[in-house]
Amino acid sequence: MRFRASWAVILAAALLVGLLAYGVASRRADTSIDDAIAAGERVDAPTARLPVLGRGGTGSLADYRGKVVVLNFWASWCKPCTEELPLLEKTHRAISGRDALVLGANYQDVSDSALGFVRRFRLTYPSLRDKDGEFADRYGSRAFPETFVVDRRGRIAAQRRGPVDQAWLDRTLKPLLGETA
Amino acid sequence: MKALALVLLVLAAGGPASLPDVEDEVMCVECGTALNVSTSTVADQERAFIRRQIAQGKDKQEIKDALVDQFGPGVLAMPEEKGFSLAAYLVPIGLALLALAGLAVAARRWRRRPAEAEPAAEPLAPIENARLDAELAAYDRR
Repeated sequence: MRFRASWAVILAAALLVGLLAYGVASRRADTSIDDAIAAGERVDAPTARLPVLGRGGTGSLADYRGKVVVLNFWASWCKPCTEELPLLEKTHRAISGRDALVLGANYQDVSDSALGFVRRFRLTYPSLRDKDGEFADRYGSRAFPETFVVDRRGRIAAQRRGPVDQAWLDRTLKPLLGETA
Repeated sequence: MKALALVLLVLAAGGPASLPDVEDEVMCVECGTALNVSTSTVADQERAFIRRQIAQGKDKQEIKDALVDQFGPGVLAMPEEKGFSLAAYLVPIGLALLALAGLAVAARRWRRRPAEAEPAAEPLAPIENARLDAELAAYDRR
């Protein structure tokens, strides 16, 4: 009886520890994209069909296959995010004639607040509403803003975890715009 | 009487919400802590959103629904009853059952122990037996 009871306690403790370990591990940010980019590889960009902010209907990164996409994760309460919106709009206008675009992904945000910034900066590029942040999680997102440049074959070619600047965009986009699908 | 009925009706309908009433049941979506203890920018935005909802006359449940519509189910402090979140409900129940089972086993052993542990009484020597009988007889005579 004592032998069986101690095994039950050990089993219960092991299950509890396993559960805690799984809980901790499942909350850790995925670094597979960072590792691949650091190794000079390109990885398939995760896609998801999501509502389009302020436009109705849905959109997906997959809809832009064949185009170079600057995918920018942002929120209206994040100052560095809103500070780079004018640069992203300028970039969008500059590259849209070359089969390329900027695509926003807005999450952890109130849609009205996000739309306020879309109007304020007259953003013409679309933003997806990733309200629960599941799409962002698949990019291993851990801070705002984050930007990923996706090539014409739907693979992540570059990433920036933090604000972008003109020099980084120029350096990253130039070779990708010259590639064919 | 009518006033009491009205108050009861309002209470039954959930009543008007207040910020502290909602704040302790939702999360700061970025920091992962309860909204009422968070001071981050996103928490301020959530609070402003809740205040706007209160100003529109919504009750607590309607405000929580609006928050879920904006931020997804992760905004609620109580985890969802599906997937891994289900563990938040099942683990305490499992632990409680385990504790009860442990108590039951311990109680059974405790009840059984005196019978098992009591050493068998050694028979008295004839001289001691005689002395005991004498003393008992003397006691009965008093």
